[in-house]
This record gives sequence, structure tokens and C-alpha cells, in this order.
Amino acid sequence: MQWANILHLGVKELRSLSRDPIMLFLIVYAFTFAIYTAATAMPETLNRAPIAIVDEDRSPLSQRIIDAFRPPYFAAPMLITQKEMDSRMDEGLNTFVLDIPPDFQRDVLAGRAPAIQLNIDATQMTQALNGTGYVQTIVNDEVRAFIQRYKDVQRVPVNLTVRSRFNAELNKSWFGAIVEVIDNITMLSIILTGAALIREREHATVEHLLVMPITPFEIMTSKVWAMGLVVLAASAFSLAVIVQGVLSVPVQGSIPLFLVGAALHLFAMTSMGIFLATIARSMPQFGLLLMLVLLPLQMLSGGMTPRESMPEFVQYLMLAAPNTHFVMLAQSILFRGAGLSVVWPQFVSLVLIGSALFGIALARFRRTITLMT
Amino acid sequence: MTDGVAAQNNATPASQTVVRLRGVSLRYGDKHALLDIGLDIPSGQMVGLIGPDGVGKSSLLALISGARRLQSGELDVLGSDMTNAEQRRAVCPRIAYMPQGLGKNLYPTLSVYENIDFFGRLFGHDASERKRRIAELTKATGLAPFADRPAGKLSGGMKQKLGLCCALIHDPDLLILDEPTTGVDPLSRKQFWELIDTIRADHPGMSVLIATAYMGEAARFDWLVAMDKGQVLATETPEGLLSYTGADSLEAAFIRLLPEEERKDYRPVEIPPRAADEDGEVAIEAQGLTMRFGDFTAVDHTSFRIRRGEIFGFLGSNGCGKTTTMKMLTGLLPPSEGRAWLFGKEVDPHDIETRRRVGYMSQSFSLYSELTVRQNLVLHARLFKVPTDDIPARVDEMVERFDLSEQIDMLPGKLPLGIRQRLSLAVAMIHKPEMLILDEPTSGVDPGARDKFWRMLVELSRNDGVTIFISSHFMNEAQRCDRISLMHAGKVLATDTPAALVKQRDAATLEDAFIAYLEDATASSPAPAETAQEAEESIIASPGPGTPVSDRFRWLRRFFNPRRMFSYARREALELRRDPIRLTLALLGSAMLMFVMGYGITMDVEGLTFAVLDRDRTTTSRDYALGISGSRYFDEKPPLSSYAEMDERMRSGDISLAIEIPPGFARNLARGREVSIGAWVDGSMPSRAETIQGYVQAMHAHWLQVRARESGQAAALQGLASVEIRYRYNPNVESLTAMVPAVIPILLMMIPAILATLSIVREKELGSITNFYVTPTTRIEFLLGKQLPYVALSTLSFLLLTGLAVTIFGVALKGSFFALFAGAVLYVTSATAIGLLISTFMKSQIAALFGTAILTMLPAVSFSGLTDPVTSLQGMGRIVGEIYPTTYFLAIARGTFSKALGFSDLSASFIPLVVSIPVLLGLATLFLSKQER
Repeated sequence: MQWANILHLGVKELRSLSRDPIMLFLIVYAFTFAIYTAATAMPETLNRAPIAIVDEDRSPLSQRIIDAFRPPYFAAPMLITQKEMDSRMDEGLNTFVLDIPPDFQRDVLAGRAPAIQLNIDATQMTQALNGTGYVQTIVNDEVRAFIQRYKDVQRVPVNLTVRSRFNAELNKSWFGAIVEVIDNITMLSIILTGAALIREREHATVEHLLVMPITPFEIMTSKVWAMGLVVLAASAFSLAVIVQGVLSVPVQGSIPLFLVGAALHLFAMTSMGIFLATIARSMPQFGLLLMLVLLPLQMLSGGMTPRESMPEFVQYLMLAAPNTHFVMLAQSILFRGAGLSVVWPQFVSLVLIGSALFGIALARFRRTITLMT
Repeated sequence: MTDGVAAQNNATPASQTVVRLRGVSLRYGDKHALLDIGLDIPSGQMVGLIGPDGVGKSSLLALISGARRLQSGELDVLGSDMTNAEQRRAVCPRIAYMPQGLGKNLYPTLSVYENIDFFGRLFGHDASERKRRIAELTKATGLAPFADRPAGKLSGGMKQKLGLCCALIHDPDLLILDEPTTGVDPLSRKQFWELIDTIRADHPGMSVLIATAYMGEAARFDWLVAMDKGQVLATETPEGLLSYTGADSLEAAFIRLLPEEERKDYRPVEIPPRAADEDGEVAIEAQGLTMRFGDFTAVDHTSFRIRRGEIFGFLGSNGCGKTTTMKMLTGLLPPSEGRAWLFGKEVDPHDIETRRRVGYMSQSFSLYSELTVRQNLVLHARLFKVPTDDIPARVDEMVERFDLSEQIDMLPGKLPLGIRQRLSLAVAMIHKPEMLILDEPTSGVDPGARDKFWRMLVELSRNDGVTIFISSHFMNEAQRCDRISLMHAGKVLATDTPAALVKQRDAATLEDAFIAYLEDATASSPAPAETAQEAEESIIASPGPGTPVSDRFRWLRRFFNPRRMFSYARREALELRRDPIRLTLALLGSAMLMFVMGYGITMDVEGLTFAVLDRDRTTTSRDYALGISGSRYFDEKPPLSSYAEMDERMRSGDISLAIEIPPGFARNLARGREVSIGAWVDGSMPSRAETIQGYVQAMHAHWLQVRARESGQAAALQGLASVEIRYRYNPNVESLTAMVPAVIPILLMMIPAILATLSIVREKELGSITNFYVTPTTRIEFLLGKQLPYVALSTLSFLLLTGLAVTIFGVALKGSFFALFAGAVLYVTSATAIGLLISTFMKSQIAALFGTAILTMLPAVSFSGLTDPVTSLQGMGRIVGEIYPTTYFLAIARGTFSKALGFSDLSASFIPLVVSIPVLLGLATLFLSKQER
């Protein structure tokens, strides 16, 4: 093994990349605009939810409730009849339909605690889950405010004070920005190394390398370090300038520690990129393969949705993926300010998975490299 | 000719000109390919276009065949104006075009029979007619025994014969062949020309237009057009050209036609005889080298011995095993059998030392096109361990020797082929190897540059004593070698000096000698002989009766002929069946992604971890904690003892919720004093935090109610009014029930669109799109034909996904299956039409892949009502959502799966889907180009 060869070949990779406008654009885009958009486009909890109201009471109180549903959380309510309700919900025109019964105001004033019926289209999961609480709160507040003009209201004896740690206002753009950084690190590490190998194959330069006094290990290692370095530098830049600077997301923990973790993750993912490139015979095939690999890695790693919500076998299966550990350590360090004493198990896992992937990829690379020409 | 177009043009053969060009120019970007060409090509003759590579021959032929769009000038072919789409469509069934490149317009995974059959169907022959014609053509070309072999597995010569079969199936009046014999062995080449002669004998009126880079072949043509740099140098008969220039060969004649400053490069290569040391050191020795790939033997027991300083040539056709032999010698491929030695040391792929003594130049140009000439040289010098201090001097030396000083800081990709070959040689020589292995170094290089290259080789051999092992399919290059081996089908037929070989066979030229050896070899081999005799039996010229088409439909059939459409559909389906990667993506891929998305995009959270910081430690406080740990949402972890511990454990992700119960909680509660419980939620994942907050609040309220009831204070807690919640369609508010019906539309948009886009862009990239350009296929036939197999495949994929949803995910299909099915068929038709539309703008497969993924995914996921209903959207998103088909199929999927609806309830969603199909197809037809631009 010759370190000088690995160095020279790696420099060659960097030079090649610097002349590939499409890849450069992809890197710049992924670590700047994509992160900015992901952070700012994270939808607010509830946005203009389409609500309709069947007002059978037609009292000042029912009008007061109707008026309380306003943008941005709710679209201005449609007033419909009970007959229209079913067909409108079937067509998916309204996620919420509130049915205010006859004599509602009278019953409230009489202390009979009447019930308002709230119909929710539960196929619209997001709005159904987030909006229901809002509707309840709005109705209760309006009724209470209305009735306070007439009599005293009793208070609840036990309070619950809910506080959020690490992100007190549950600002989604913080989360969106960091998740995008993590996802793009994964995506680019596979694409860059895979494309670097396939480019050699398509330009028949692999053959050229093989007749030179260099070993497959040197060829592969040079690609791993060069492409890993590019992604690492781009993500460091992105964290410092875009995430902390432009988006002013407060990063809790140590960025150097995170970058060490990212380097381990890159070691694993670039190896996987090489592995995929040995399976695909051309860029289009590589692209198809990428879709089948990248999407599961990103969606099931716990970055987008909590791991707890996945079936157990998926959770166990995903422990074999480097992503899962990287997402854990990234969230611990960046969101919760965890130190090495907390995240060392993830570091160890990444080293193990990375070494295994590198070994498998190298074995396959050695076996297939002569057939690549 | 089915379409009755022949009648109106019957007058043409009488006229003397088959192709007429006036002021034709063609430019690619700012580069002129053709410059103001004026030419009249006589009909009924065999006309040759001669000139080196890259002078515009192929561009000219593509224009004449109608494959490429005319940019400026006038072009009449068979009396029809090629700028007029109507006339072009009428005349194109009478033209046959075989583009350059071995088998470029063939479909490699289709068999010989299927390839010809496809063209037969395109031209509307019925089953018996096709059978008859295919039988005749394959018999005449000697392909009959290989009818079931995939085109991709044929030898170069056979591919060209198959291309000819495909071109001849419709009895053209003008046959256009672009370099049909390049890279084909001399025997096949000879047979090919004999075949053409036979065909011409049977079709006396047929004009043949052929481009060739082999000047030797030009002598057999009736009339020649000599071209250089996009211009016509001369038009003459071969004899006329010779007498006009006073040259003794056509190659020499051509050179004399060139302008003065170009001609200076052309001077004969002189090869000083080698000092006769017959017993000099052996540089390369091979004994019984054999390479098998599966049951195919690429190299069959090859043995030879090359002495130091010798120029040794391997002569043979494409695919005869030259490259494989060279790869075995360099250690790139381990031989299946046999041994080889370099400098007396056995070849060992792991022997790094020997590699330093060898320079290798592979067939294709294989340097880093992203590195400059200098960077390439320096990199290779470093990798070959040239001492660092020597590198600049060595690079300068190479630059000077190979005349690269002007290009030193340029990128190789921008250089002409001849200079690139010199650069490759410089790179191969940078470490001063004792041996050079050169695999077809001069293919595609024009004669002048080729001679310059050879002069360098001669110098290396004679002055520096470098052993040179070179392969070629040019006879005149073989002549320059000290010794050559003639190779065919993996075997060495003979090895000797060129002169001796000619003498042994009593032949006039080396080519004749080679043909003689080849004939011996093929005659002795048991494989069915591809001899020309079989071609003697005439190819029956009688044009088939065609299928009668009633007059009423004739007009319509010209624009839409279902048979041509099905012909494309059938072929696409056959190809798809033989492409495992695309097929896997279509079926397995969508099933896999459904699992991923079903589990990945989920809203309900269970098994959340929490711990209690209980500072009260009474039964009441424990009761409160029990209320949380008893729910299915939370799992309790060991209790906390301090804030510090809480912080630490939340930081590590051990707990996502901490409940703090203050001291004196029970006592204060009993006394009716106000108490406050603290809940700390991990906010690092905001959506999860919100869910947790909701759960905790609900449980808190529940606990209060239970307590109030127990202590008889129910009235105090009762609200003023209650909201009674009815979750409809999905009473348990389960993510899977909601997500699975929504995932199906997304997958059925993305994957069918990608497949449809790729199906067209693939043809653009591989070149078989030419068949669409030059046959009477209309755009809509082509598009629909391409689309049909993917609609069928996607429908299958839909059934698979629905099956999975019902069985594995357990999501009940409450409404009408038929409504869902009908919606799905309409939807995948619409999705594939989107793919077709996108494909008209895409040139490379990789761009098509990612472009389509992004263009279809974004509107499907964000604007079609997956998370927020379209009615909640504003601005652009709203507009896109209103017109995007996913919106409507999503409504149908949710309606049938969750809402128990049928056709009548969903009619509002069907109409937009039905409308989208003709609109999308219409746009795709509009943007699809019938000619290459």
C-alpha cells in the first residue's frame, strides 16, 4: 500500500470534480438553497384548514363561534346544511364540519352543558390530529367568554405546565434545517463516490488505472477520502453559514464533535456508494438503484419521523444502517448539546458499520473491477 | 408502401437525379459540419461518399435520409422536398437508412427474427408476408441459423447484415448505408459487398448511397463524392478520379485533392528494416492463452512469441479476441487457461513491478478528460513512481517528443482525435517502459494523423528499442509491422511477416491473403457457413400486396395506424421483459417504497419514553404517574432523582418526557390549594413534541376527571359545553389507514413517469430513435406505442400495491374496487403521458431520471392534498394542485378505500383525469421532434 498513490489519486478525484459543473451545482444547491428552503418551507402546524359549519341554532353564541374560525389556521368557514355535510366530506372538500345543535345557546345558559358535534375527515391525518385541539379550544374559549358576561366560572384545581426543552417554541425550521443537512450528507456521499467510479468506468479509465502499479485498495481509498472530504467541508460550511448564520438556528453542542461523527458516517456511506457503483453498469442504472436505496435510508432512519413510531422489526433492521446512528448522534449533539460521553455508542456503531461496509465494498470492487472495462 | 404513397411518385426513377442538394449547410453550435453543399447524385447507381472521419459524411447522409432536420438550403430526395413534412412522410417509406456504428439502429436484447419482424410490422406487412420476407432475407444474408440469437450477441459482420435485412424489408428505392463495413473482418466485408451486388441485381432501379473511410473499398463504386471539412472536393467515377489526380491509388488521389497546407502532413511512412537478431531476447510469450466468458470462448488457445524491439501486429475484426488477449497480457484479465510471460516473468495480476515496465493504451480514449494535458502527464508520472525531481523534465520531454506543447494546458476532451491519440501515447510512455501494448490506437483517426502516429512508433521501436504490440483492423497498418498474427473468432490463423503471409497464400495483397485464411477457417469450422453462395438465390423483389385499406380510412391511417403503434408497443414490451433492472424497479421497487413510506410517514407515536421526578412520593403522586405509564403511548423508565439527571437523560435521548410532581402535591391537593405539575418535553423533534404535549394534556384532563368523580366533585369540573368528536372514515385515527391509500397515488405517479421518460430518452441516447425518424411512424403512434406497455405494467403494479395494502397493511377497501381500478388505469395513463411529455425535453438518461423524479414528486407530495387538502393551499401551489392528476386520483383512492364510495360519488374526480390524458398526449406530440435537430 502506498500512501502517496492514495494522495495523488485523491487529488485527481478533487480535480475531476472541480470540472464537473453538474456535480458542483448539486453540492452547492444541496448545502445552501435546499437547506434554506427546507427550513423555511416547513409547514406551520395548521394552515387554512377547510372547515364548514352547520348552524342549527342561529343564535349570537353560534355566530360568535363561527366568527372565531379565521385564517391562518382555518379557512373562512362555509355555512352548509346538514344534508350537504356527508357529500362534502366524501368529496374531501372539508376536513372539519362543526354541527351546532338547535337551542345551543339556551342550553349553555341553563347549565345543561350541551354537546357540539365535530366531524373530522380522519383520512387527512395531519390536519385531523393538529386541528382537533384547536377547534375544541376555540369552541370552549368562545363559550366561556360568552358566558362570563352572565356568571362566574369555576376554576380547575390542578395545573399542568408543559415546557419544551432544547427548542422552547418548537420552532420547526430549526428541525427542518438540521434534518436537511443530515439527509444531504447521506445523499451526496453516495452520489459523489458512485458517480466517480462510474465515470471512470464509462470513460474506460478504470482499465488504465489497473495496468498501473496501484492496487484496488488504493483506488477505492482515494475516492473515499476525496469525496468524503468534499462533503465534510460542504456540511461544515453549511452549518456555520446557512444554519447558524442565515437561518440563525441555535446549535447546542460542539460542531467539531458533530463533524467527527459526520466523517465516520461518510466513511460508511462512501463505501456504500462504491458498492452500489459496482452493481450498476451505467449512470442510469445507478440512478434507479439510488432511488431504491436512498429513500428507505432517509425515511426510516428516524430523521423525519420518530423511530418509536415504526414497527419493531423495522427499528431493529435500521440499526444496521449507518444513517440511523448518524441521525441519533446528530440530533443529540446539535439539538440537545450532548457530548462524547453521551454519543460514544453511536460513534462505535459507525466505526463498526463503516469498516464492514468498506470491507464488503472493497471485496466486491476487487472482484468486479476487471469486468468493468 | 401500404399507405398508397408510392403511386404519386412513380415518375421518379425516370429522372436522372435521386438526390439533389443546393446550398446545404449544417452547424452544431458554432461548428460547421457541412458548408454550402451543392450536389446531384445520379439515380440507379452505387455512389460512395469518401473522406476521413469527421468531415461531414454522416451528417450529409442523415440529412438525406430525413433523420436530421435541414437547417439551410434545398434538399430533394426521390423528387420530394425534404423540408416539407407532408412530402417527407410520403417519401420516407421508399428510403432505407442504416446509421453508422455497429448495430446502432438494432435492439440488442431482441433476437434477429424479432428485430426484422419489428420493421416488417412497422411497414404494415401481415404475418405471412413478414414470415416470407424474413425467411428470404435471413437466408440471403446467412443469418437464418441465428434467428433466435439476440442482436447484441452477434459479431460485427453479422450485425451489419442484420441491419441490412432490417433496411431491406420494405423494398426501398434508395438505400443509405453509413460506414457499413467499419470494424468488420475482411471476409465479412467481402461477403457484405457481394450481398449488396446481389441485391442490386435484383432491384435494378435501386440507388445505393454509401459512406466509407476505407479508400480501398471505394474502387467498387460507380461514382464517388470526395469530402473534406464539410465540403465536397470532387465528384467523379473512380477511374476519373485516378486519372484526374494522376495518382495510383484512391488514397493517394484523395490526398492530392486536399488543400496545400493539409497535404504537408501526408508523406509516406518509412520503416527502416530491423537489425536482424533472430535470437534476441523474448519480450512477450504466450502459450495456449484461453479466455472464456460463460459458454463463449473469446480467445481460444492463442500462442505467440514477440522479440524485444519488434513491432508486432494483431490483425482482425471487432470482437475477434484482440482486446481480450491484450488484457490477459497486461494482467487485467486472468486467463481461463494457458500462460503468458513478459520479459521472462509469468504474468501475475498482483505483480506491481512488471507493470512499471509496460505502457498500455486501451482501445477507447481513456485519459481523464477533466484534467489538463499537463495534469494527466504529471499524475501518471507520479503513479508510475518517476522520482519527483525528474517529473518536470520528463513531462517536458514527452511534450516535445509528441508535439503537444500547444495543447499543454488544454483539456483533452476538446482536442481532435489525432492529438488525443498522441497524448495517450505520451502518457503510456511517461515512465519509459520497455514495452508498449497498443489496442487499436488509430481507429477513427484520419490518415494524416495516423501516419504521424506511426512515424513515432517506428522511432520508438528502432531508436529506443521499445517492443511494440499493436492491434488494428487496417490492412495498410498491418503491412507496417515486422510480424503480424491474423486473428479470427478467438483463434490465431497465422503468424509471420506480412510479405511471407502474402506469399504463402499466393495472394496479391495482404487482404486477399487474410480472406484466404478466413475462408479456410470458416470452411473447416462446423458453424454454418456465411458464404455468399447462399445469397445467389435471388431476393424476391416482388413487393408484397400489403394489406388493403379501405379508402375511407386511408386519410386517417396516414396519421394513425394502429398496427404501427402496436408494433412499437410489442417491441417495447419485449425489451422491457429482458431488462431486469427496470422491471424490478417497476414492480418490486414500488412495493418496497410502499413499505418504506407506509412506515416512514407516520403520525401516531407509541412507545415514547418518560420518567418521573417525584418530589412528593405519596400514593396520589404515584397514581398520577400511573395514569401516564398505563397508556399505550408511553413506556416508563427508572425514576429521576434530580434536575441534573433529568437534563442528562433527556440529552442522551433516553427519555423524551419528564414529569415533575412538586413536594406537598397530595397535601395541597387535599386542601384544595392550587398545585402545579411540570411536564418537560424533548423539543428537538417539534412534531413529536407536539404530539407528546397533546397526549400529556389529554391524560392530565382524564386524571382530573377520574379524581373529581371519585371525590364527588364532578359538577365542579363539568364544562359549559362539550365538543363531541367523530372521527369519520378512520375512527381510530391510525396513520396506516390514512397513509396507505395516499401512498399508492404517489408511487403510481413517480415510477410510471420515470419509466416512460426513460423509454424514450434511452432511444435518444443509444441511437435507435433514428428508426422513428426515418420510418413512416407518426408521433402519436410512437408515443402511444411506447406508452401502452408501461400502462399495462403500472396497472399490474397498482394491483400489487392494492393487494399489499389490503393483506399486509390490513387497510380495508370499503368502496367500489371497480371505481378504484378504473381510476388507476386512467391515472397511470396520465402519469405515463407526463413522462412522455418530460422526455421530449430531455437528452440524457440520468437527467431524465432525476428530472422526472423531482418534477413529479414535488407536486404529488406537496400540492395534491397528501398532507394539506388542495383547498388549504394558496398561490402557485393551489393552481398546480388543481390541475395535477394526483389530486384527483388521491380523492378516488381515499374515497374508495376509506369512505366506501363508488363511481357516482366520485364522478367529479374522474372527469379531470379523463381530460388530462388527451391534453398531455397532445402536448407531448406537439413537442416531440420527428427529426434530429
